[in-house]
Amino acid sequence: MVNGKRLLVIIPALNEAASIGDVVGEIRGELPGVDVLVVDDGSTDHTAAVAAAAGARVARLPYNLGVGGAMRLGYRYARDHDYDVAVQVDADGQHDPRYVPKLVDLLDDYDLVIGARFAGEGEYTVRGPRRWAMGMLSLVLSGLAGATLTDTTSGFRAANRRMIEMFARWYPAEYLGDTVETLVHAARRGYRIQQVPVAMRRRMAGTPSHSPAKAMVYLGRAVAVLTLALIRR
Amino acid sequence: MKLTLVTGLTGLILLATIVELLRRRQLREKYGMLWLGLLFVVIPLSLFPRLLDGVADLLGVASGVSLVLFLGIVFLLLVCIHLSWEVSALEEETRTLAEEFALLRAEVAADRAERAEWARYSDRAEMVSRDG
Repeated sequence: MVNGKRLLVIIPALNEAASIGDVVGEIRGELPGVDVLVVDDGSTDHTAAVAAAAGARVARLPYNLGVGGAMRLGYRYARDHDYDVAVQVDADGQHDPRYVPKLVDLLDDYDLVIGARFAGEGEYTVRGPRRWAMGMLSLVLSGLAGATLTDTTSGFRAANRRMIEMFARWYPAEYLGDTVETLVHAARRGYRIQQVPVAMRRRMAGTPSHSPAKAMVYLGRAVAVLTLALIRR
Repeated sequence: MKLTLVTGLTGLILLATIVELLRRRQLREKYGMLWLGLLFVVIPLSLFPRLLDGVADLLGVASGVSLVLFLGIVFLLLVCIHLSWEVSALEEETRTLAEEFALLRAEVAADRAERAEWARYSDRAEMVSRDG
C-alpha cells in the first residue's frame, strides 16, 4: 500500500539475473506492502529464480516478446488482480524506488505519470543524434499531451486504474512502441499525462550504448515510429 | 511450338503440385483456391500466348506477353503483402497466447505456494494440538 492504494510494481526483465535480486530487494525494502511482479521475457539465465528468491511474483513468458509484450502481461495481471496503481520499473536498477510515492501522488489528477530525467533533478546528459531524437520526441509529445514531457522514452511510469485498463487491452510490442507509441495513443485518447523529475542512477549491471552510428539509426527509427503513431488509428 | 510446350508443361506441373498439396491437406483451402484460380488463367495463356494481344492493344501495351508479365508481378506483390499481413496477425495471436500462458503459469505457481503454506500451517496446528 502506498498512500492507501494497492500498488503493483511491474519489472520487465530479460537476462537480468545479475541485478534483479537487488532491484526487487530494494523495492520491497523501500516500499513495504507493495507487490512486485517480475515479467521474465524469455531469459536464458536464472532471472526468474533470482527474482522469486528475492520475494517477487514471477510471470515467465515462453519466449522473448520484447518490452511491450512483457508490459501488457504486467498490466493484465494488475487489472485481473484489481490493483489501484501499476508502476513500471526497469530491471537494471537505474530507477530509484524512493521516487515511487512522488509518482503515485500525482495519479489522482493524472492517468499516467512519468519519472523523467533532464527535468532538473540529477545529472544525465546525451549528445548528437540521440539528443536530437529525444528533443523531437519530447517536443511532439509535449504538444500532444498538453504538458511538458522531457523524457518520453523513460521506462519509469505509474498508471492509475483507467490507464491500466487501457494498457491491459492495448500495448504495442514493437520497437519504441512501449514508450513513444503508448504516449501518443494515450494522449490522443484524452488520458492525462504528467511527469515528475527523478534522478536516474547508474545501471547496476550492463552498459548503455554510445556509438554514433547506433544513435543515428535510433533517430531514424524514432522519427518512423512517431510518424506511424501519429497517423495510426 | 517448343516454347508452348515448355510454358504449358510448367503450368501443368504447378497445377499438379497445388492439387497434391491440397489433397494431403498441407495447404489451407483459401490459399489453394487462390493458386488454382490463377492457374486456370495461366495454363490457357501458356498454350495460346497471343490470347491477350487484343486486351494489350486496348491498354496501350505493345504485346500480350508484356501485359502478362506486368500483371504477374502485380499479382505476386499483392500475394506478398497479403502474406505479411497474415504473419502480422499470427504474431499478434501467438503473442496473446504467450502472455495468457505466462499469466496462467504465474497463477498456478501462486496457488501451489499457497497450498504448501496451508499444508505447513495445518501440520503445525496438528502437532500443537497433539502436544497439548
